[in-house]
Amino acid sequence: MGKYIVKRVLLMVPTLLGVAVLIFFLMRVVPGDIVELRFAGESAFAQKENLDKERVRLGLDQPLLTQFIRWMSGIVQFDFGTSMWTGAPIIEEIKLRFTLSMQLAIMATIVAVVLAIPLGVLAAIKQDTWIDYTVRIFSIAGLATPSFWLGIVFILLLLIVFKWLPPMVYTPFWVSPVQNLAQLIWPALAVGYRYSAVATRMTRSAMLEVLREDYIRTARAKGLWQNLILSRHALKNAMLPVLTVIALEFAFLMGGLVVTEQVFNLNGLGMLFVESVAHRDYTLTQALVMLVAFMFIFVNFLVDLAYAWLDPRIRFR
Amino acid sequence: MAWTPLLLAAVVLVASPVAAQEKPRYGGELVFVVPSELPSYDGHREGTFGVVHPMAPHYNTLLRVDPNDRTGTKIVADLAESWAVSPDGRVYTLKLRRGVKFHDGAEMTSRDVKASYDKIVFPPEGVGSQRKGQYTNVEAIQAPDPSTIVFRLKWAQGSFLSLLASPYSWIYKADILAKDVRWYEKNVMGTGPFLFVEHVKGSHWVGKKNPNYWDKGKPYLDGYRAIFMKDAAPQVAALRGERAHIQFRGFAPSERDSLVSALGRRIVVQESPWDCAAWVVMNQDKKPWNDRRVRRALTLALDRHQASQALSRIAVVKDVAGVQVPGTPYATPPAELEKLAGYSRDIRKSREEARRLLREAGVPDGFTFTFMNRGVPMPYEPVGVWLIDQWRQIGLNATQQVNESAKHVGELRGGNFEVSMDAQCGYAVEPDLDLHKFQSTGISHNNFGRYTDKVLDDLYQKQSRALDPEERKKYVREFERRLLDEEAHQFVTLQWHRIVPHSAKVRGWTITPSHYLNQQLDVVWLAE
Repeated sequence: MGKYIVKRVLLMVPTLLGVAVLIFFLMRVVPGDIVELRFAGESAFAQKENLDKERVRLGLDQPLLTQFIRWMSGIVQFDFGTSMWTGAPIIEEIKLRFTLSMQLAIMATIVAVVLAIPLGVLAAIKQDTWIDYTVRIFSIAGLATPSFWLGIVFILLLLIVFKWLPPMVYTPFWVSPVQNLAQLIWPALAVGYRYSAVATRMTRSAMLEVLREDYIRTARAKGLWQNLILSRHALKNAMLPVLTVIALEFAFLMGGLVVTEQVFNLNGLGMLFVESVAHRDYTLTQALVMLVAFMFIFVNFLVDLAYAWLDPRIRFR
Repeated sequence: MAWTPLLLAAVVLVASPVAAQEKPRYGGELVFVVPSELPSYDGHREGTFGVVHPMAPHYNTLLRVDPNDRTGTKIVADLAESWAVSPDGRVYTLKLRRGVKFHDGAEMTSRDVKASYDKIVFPPEGVGSQRKGQYTNVEAIQAPDPSTIVFRLKWAQGSFLSLLASPYSWIYKADILAKDVRWYEKNVMGTGPFLFVEHVKGSHWVGKKNPNYWDKGKPYLDGYRAIFMKDAAPQVAALRGERAHIQFRGFAPSERDSLVSALGRRIVVQESPWDCAAWVVMNQDKKPWNDRRVRRALTLALDRHQASQALSRIAVVKDVAGVQVPGTPYATPPAELEKLAGYSRDIRKSREEARRLLREAGVPDGFTFTFMNRGVPMPYEPVGVWLIDQWRQIGLNATQQVNESAKHVGELRGGNFEVSMDAQCGYAVEPDLDLHKFQSTGISHNNFGRYTDKVLDDLYQKQSRALDPEERKKYVREFERRLLDEEAHQFVTLQWHRIVPHSAKVRGWTITPSHYLNQQLDVVWLAE
């Protein structure tokens, strides 16, 4: 198992390096310039001399290769530099939003898992009954409903029916759990519903597949208790693809909830991402892409480990 | 709904005069929404209202625009209590208030003012100054005694007092600047009515009352909280849910209407022409846009008077205007404006003239070109659609290409366009600020039309140096006629229209044409 983990960890390095090269050069290809945006936006008095000086200050006058080497040498030392837009250390910019995004991702995952697994299993067991149809309608509706739209509906309902609006400012859970949950439960429900729809359908189809396996028939023939067959033999095996879906969705939630964050005015990584691209803040965008790429790779790594735990055959291949 | 405009008219008309007569009440926290966020804390360096709205309450400027003046043009004292101008108009001597203290208790003197303006006008290497170009006329800044500051100019400049009232030109502490000239990029230390409490990036900014404020009896509020919100929907929800009192920049007409219909008498709406305008610029490096007849045809095609009625219902544009905000001292009266190309009420005649000019210039019927627009819905999207329709009516076929903001600026700067939407916003209604952009390329870095016009440059200088307002007005009109009519280098579509619906509890705040002005909050108070 140790050798397997080392191999997986080593594989992360070239992947991250590839992402770094790609994002660095792609950002430079996109038209637009942070200096223009900052000094020539609403001001009619921008002077070319000032703009040039700012480019020098930000190191944008250097050849691309020099900029890339400087950035990479920083990364190797875990120094992501400072945001070109705010001048603040990038770690500080990300740290501020990471907690919120992580909490929201966890809460949405909990909502999704709590809904998806029982519903998916139920639908599989009761295949082609009204229960199955209800679950399928519920999950298809979830797939078809954008989470930001559901978010808007939540806000309007709260506002019009209950004359109440969730808090506008994020309060960490350890400062005030009530305030924190009052703000985050709504986006978690909106996002978790769509997320659960994907997982429900995956759970149902995986369960149906497993329930047709020989070993399940054997277990039934041996007279094993139905619940035991489902929990010990069927569900554990059906969980492999479900786990992949849940993990990938989780990684996506870390930086991909742009519109939902806008609707609920959440100060998360998604909004930061959009702002950094809009400002052409190269250093911050690059760091965020690296973070999201790392999240995907790390979550995949955990899934692989879970696979190996759930299915021991994988360890020995 | 039919009753909405009536209700709206009622709240707009009733609100301000009553508020002006009431006795201010002390206490309370003003909560406002800021639809942007500040890049750094240094007002000298930045150029966005995202810096001004949350931070202006921590600072004072030498002069300011009267917070009760709806035109946003009347200059009054702030840290300077009086001023005198030499007969030749080249020396401005300002007497500073005594007893003004920074938030750390240190006394503010002319040394601080000089250090602050030296940083703005003559920034050291590596220090950004957004408005350095506005003070190129300043020869020297002197502090002969602790309560006197003197600005020596290279030539007389009619707008200089307005420049000293810039809402960005905050007075910093000299000792701090001496130690670290970039300290203010990440820290706050002013003399303003509110003390800095907290800033959580992307979330909020908090200020509390300065108990030792030099203007005794002010501020009225215990504090304020600025919430950063980029998207319009949560901003409207915040006001509708009464989680925020106001958003100072402005809302779209539909958002105003939904707030008024939801909150009724609990909301008040203030409206004003906005010192921003949607312009059209033609790239004169490309044919046929180097031909003034073609450029004139584009502006002649526009039925601005009809658009003013139609577009103002759905977009933040309204007034038919020239180069100055309607209703302000240097604005051209409507009757005179109607003599300019594209401003006539006889649109049929204008369009006939436009077609004639196009024929004369050899532009065929059905000529196709690309119109570049900025990918920001309000007001660019509806105005862009309207422009394309108007040009179609003189036989021109415009294809719209929408770019997100960063790309749009890049393409304008690089000259990679034929005809484009452009914008001009000013922090104060002042011809020097509003007209600078339209001078020849080489003088104005923001002249995206890429033209050279010595006559226009000369008129700019003349209006800038004219000390007599009537003489200056004459030059501004000539500049306007040449820019919009004779050469039609660029032209205004419609003036933006600022709409600020706010909680009826908010008193003492008066709308101005600039969303950069009147943000010190020292005169704002909250009713029960």
